[in-house]
Amino acid sequence: MLNSYKETSLKYYPERCINCKRCTQVCPHAVFAEGKDHVDLAQPASCMECGACALNCPVQAIEVQSGVGCAWAMIGAALRGKDMDTECSCGGDDSSCCGAKEETSSCCEGK
Amino acid sequence: MDKKDTTGSSCSCMPHPETLSCGCRKDNPTASGILVTDSSITFANRLDHFLARWGWKRESHRIEPGLYCLGNPTADSPVFASANYTLSFDALRSALAGMDAWILVLDTKGINVWCAAGKGTFGTEELVRRIAVTGLATVVSHRKIIVPQLGAPGISWPEVMRKSKFLVEYGPVRAKDLPEYLKTHTATPAMRRVEFPLKERLVLTPVEFVHTALSMFVVTVVLWFLAGSVAALAAISAVFAGTVLFPALLPYIPTQDFSTKGLILGLIIALPFAAAFGTNPSLPGWADVAGAATALLIIPAVIAYFALNFTGCTTFTSRSGVKKEIFRYVPAMTLMAGTGIVIGIALGISQLTGVL
Repeated sequence: MLNSYKETSLKYYPERCINCKRCTQVCPHAVFAEGKDHVDLAQPASCMECGACALNCPVQAIEVQSGVGCAWAMIGAALRGKDMDTECSCGGDDSSCCGAKEETSSCCEGK
Repeated sequence: MDKKDTTGSSCSCMPHPETLSCGCRKDNPTASGILVTDSSITFANRLDHFLARWGWKRESHRIEPGLYCLGNPTADSPVFASANYTLSFDALRSALAGMDAWILVLDTKGINVWCAAGKGTFGTEELVRRIAVTGLATVVSHRKIIVPQLGAPGISWPEVMRKSKFLVEYGPVRAKDLPEYLKTHTATPAMRRVEFPLKERLVLTPVEFVHTALSMFVVTVVLWFLAGSVAALAAISAVFAGTVLFPALLPYIPTQDFSTKGLILGLIIALPFAAAFGTNPSLPGWADVAGAATALLIIPAVIAYFALNFTGCTTFTSRSGVKKEIFRYVPAMTLMAGTGIVIGIALGISQLTGVL
């Protein structure tokens, strides 16, 4: 309670890892750490589900439901009757989040 | 503020892979396709950054996508990728002061690297396309492009390699670390980490405040005439606390959830107003209690909502976590604010009808 960020959608399959360490390079929160034979999932709760690790893993050892953690966009999507999970996700041309339109949210300014 | 005229012009020399040295001049643009930039940050650039931070004409803070030469790059010079958002591009070019380099600016629709990566505009497809459109493979002799680490959510390096033959090297999070990074092409753990210090939180507050300014003004004026100056001040205080004070105090407020942090801050902000409304000697006791309850219900709910919306500005909130927060707390916020508004309206009607 009072911490909605303990669990994430991140899944790691160490048996697939080839130890290329790309995930340790792209993760901004040190979720992965270098290990002997494969990288270690060091801080899973720090994952912000940006999806960089999974996208840059050449052997699909990482899975995550990536998206932007922006309440403004998600609530806006729900109010417009759209899907909260896909409205602000990567690649959506109609996404309001981070949009270039002046009237859109200020969200993502820090990202 | 369009920077086509301030930071870029077309290169006067045609690139040649063997002997390429740009040596182009800003005052002699031609249509060869390579644009020119430098590392200086002018007053116009700083004004543009200031306006961007205040949310002024948000979509206009962009530069022309394409390949830029910085200094006198050769075919062996490094290539850096950036977004066509002025703050991103200016951070990169200023960090590369004194260097000769190529900068490949992707068309991210005027959005910064990290947001554009999340949206997909700073992505594999655009990077591969931009490499092809600019003829980068004929400009440089190597096949490596340094991409900001925060571009990684949009880039798949195996796909870029497969489609363009260019190897993506992820540079540090912050452009200012590039000079140190380029000595060994190895990032320290600190260079790889995203932080969210006070300065970065405060720099977001103007645009947050501006976005609510009009609504706040209307509510303040309405409350001034209907409920008096203290109620109007309460509205201003709630908006200021939610958009400025909350970001500033973010790590110091107890609990992890933004909504509960906002409720705590809101309660503190509401207390003096509750005391003011609850100790009016000219009103009966029940009206004092109702007045105090109005402040204690509405102000924390409003600030908690602002706090929840700040998740999109942070550098660490996950989508699944934010979604949980929405379902956990928004109904409570709605109930609190709704109850407070009903009580407030009832008090107002009581005064207008002479009950009080």
